[in-house]
Amino acid sequence: MKLRAGFFDFTGCEGCQLTVLNLEDEFLDLAGLIDVVEFREVMTGGGGDLDVAFVEGSICGPDQEARLKDIRRRSRLLVALGACADTTGINILVRLQDPEVLHGRVYGPGAPVRARGHPRAVGDVVPVDARVPGCPVDGGEFLRVLQALAVGRTPELPAHPVCVECKLAELPCVFDEGEMCLGPVVRAGCGARCPEGGDRCRGCRGLVDNPRSSSYRRVLEEHGLTEDDMLAEFRLFNLDGGGER
Amino acid sequence: MRIEVRHLTRIEGHAHLVVDEDRGEVTECRLEIVETPRFFEAILLGHHFRDVAPLVSRICGVCSNSHTLVSLAATEAALGVEVSEQTRDLRRLLACGEILQSHLLHLYFMAAPDYLGMDSIFPLDRRRRDLLTRALRMKKIGTDLCRVVGGRPVHPVTPRVGGFSALPEPSELRALRRRLVEVLPDLEATVDLVGGFDFPPLDRSAECLSLAADDGYPLMGDRIVSSAGPGVRVGDYRGLIEEYLVDHATAKFASTPRGPYRVGPLARIANGFAALTPMAARVAGALGLTPDTANPYRIVVARLVEVVHWVEEAILLIDTLLIRGLRPEPPVKAGGGGRAVAAIEAPRGLLLHGYEYDGRGRVVWAECVIPTAQNLASIEADLRAAVPALQGRGRGEITRRLETLVRAYDPCVSCATHLLKVRFTGRGGAP
Repeated sequence: MKLRAGFFDFTGCEGCQLTVLNLEDEFLDLAGLIDVVEFREVMTGGGGDLDVAFVEGSICGPDQEARLKDIRRRSRLLVALGACADTTGINILVRLQDPEVLHGRVYGPGAPVRARGHPRAVGDVVPVDARVPGCPVDGGEFLRVLQALAVGRTPELPAHPVCVECKLAELPCVFDEGEMCLGPVVRAGCGARCPEGGDRCRGCRGLVDNPRSSSYRRVLEEHGLTEDDMLAEFRLFNLDGGGER
Repeated sequence: MRIEVRHLTRIEGHAHLVVDEDRGEVTECRLEIVETPRFFEAILLGHHFRDVAPLVSRICGVCSNSHTLVSLAATEAALGVEVSEQTRDLRRLLACGEILQSHLLHLYFMAAPDYLGMDSIFPLDRRRRDLLTRALRMKKIGTDLCRVVGGRPVHPVTPRVGGFSALPEPSELRALRRRLVEVLPDLEATVDLVGGFDFPPLDRSAECLSLAADDGYPLMGDRIVSSAGPGVRVGDYRGLIEEYLVDHATAKFASTPRGPYRVGPLARIANGFAALTPMAARVAGALGLTPDTANPYRIVVARLVEVVHWVEEAILLIDTLLIRGLRPEPPVKAGGGGRAVAAIEAPRGLLLHGYEYDGRGRVVWAECVIPTAQNLASIEADLRAAVPALQGRGRGEITRRLETLVRAYDPCVSCATHLLKVRFTGRGGAP
């Protein structure tokens, strides 16, 4: 039996849906595994019960909450697709600004209120059965999660940090270039794509389950970096929501 | 009769379409932009210049490369950083990849179903399977161009202030060049496909804004030109473009002193037609596209002509890069403050980013002007112009036509709502 699948987007950039659409080589195989019956970005129509719903983006305000709850009601499985859905990603950075200042700065004084509440992760609104982390998601990992769901297994994410994938790829250590890197504590699964591209790990996939903080602290010290340097970097994609979260 | 379509499909982002019509007279016509704002301009404040491009790329998945490239250009101009010829060519190639990827996604996945009487490209009977496999094969070239140059198709990794942190392998560029040449039969098939589309008639000429064709067909540059009047330098864009809020949208609208205007493929064709490659010019001729084409439904044709153009340009760029040879470049040391605006032709049109940095290289002011937001007023004007001719047709047919019209612009609503910094002049909501 093919899975009836839907793709849904909330507050975000739709880059994770696009990453799925960028799986050109796997697309026809994918069509053998799932029936995509709802995907607003590239399809008209939809509705009805689903085996699996992939939800992209953060949830802002009552309208989006209601839409998400409707999707949850008619879906056997619900997957948070990408950082905005999984952890609120960079959307949560609005919390660093005083709401009134934020509003005045962007819309001008006196403009009618257009914000519809602070962004929340999908899992803060409805139960989530599986997650695909990352900003954007990794296409290969999306396929692995989907395959697990199709055969009735609970998908498992790598339990080791990005550092492991970086070492396996024999890439030079970012710290040795004099840069901050979150690779030692962030969940692998991306193939260390950013270090491979000459950048550093900015932590878009979130913390690994049991980060080795003591050895990480030692690495930081050895390179003349502080915990504050690390946290400044970490907050870009992982600012703790607090409050509602 | 009221036509109301909630959550328009086959566009990027969320918008509702509302049209009230009474005996051919349009009494109300709104494209309601209901995407949640994400306050990027405020989020950027205080961030170091090295983090700005990775942040703004998250404004939009489908044009993340354009946001990255224009962001780097603005930062470099503000901080006085010069880039090499190699960097300029690689950036053009990356922009090329994104235009191909985005345009082909639109042509096949979003627009074609309208003209083939389908809800999506996915139903897989035999005839349509060929269509889908061709669409995927062509789109993949754009995706791979972005992957090879930018390190990842969505939210690129390698472009940084002053250059690139990693370079493509010559073998990867050679393989891409081969595929760009091999795609020509697919391009011919696409020209046949689009040539068979029955575009509804609608002549509404509008002012067209784009970057100047100073350095070939509009892509990057320092001058904004208009089809209806004098242009401006990019840094002085506010002398030409005025932004305003309306009550029914979380995105800003825009106009020139003469009214609503178009940006994007049709505007670039209007201002840059003479700079098209020979093959693209021939395709334009075959499909009846001229600098004076005013029918917004035919933006789809302009998009295809641009695909042909950028396929040819990509081949030339790869040749240039390979002949010159790729050399790693050390990271630049930039510092101090400054303020600048830069522009790029994103797939959907003119995109501007401006930043000011303090002495520590932290953002103290940021502003962006998004193509789809600039097109919103024009889309509404087109809808108003289209309705009278549809009088007497059924609700379903009118709705379908109007949706097709909105879709022709390939609106990216996700993008349009994420950057708002405007003078408030909205109707009804006095400050």
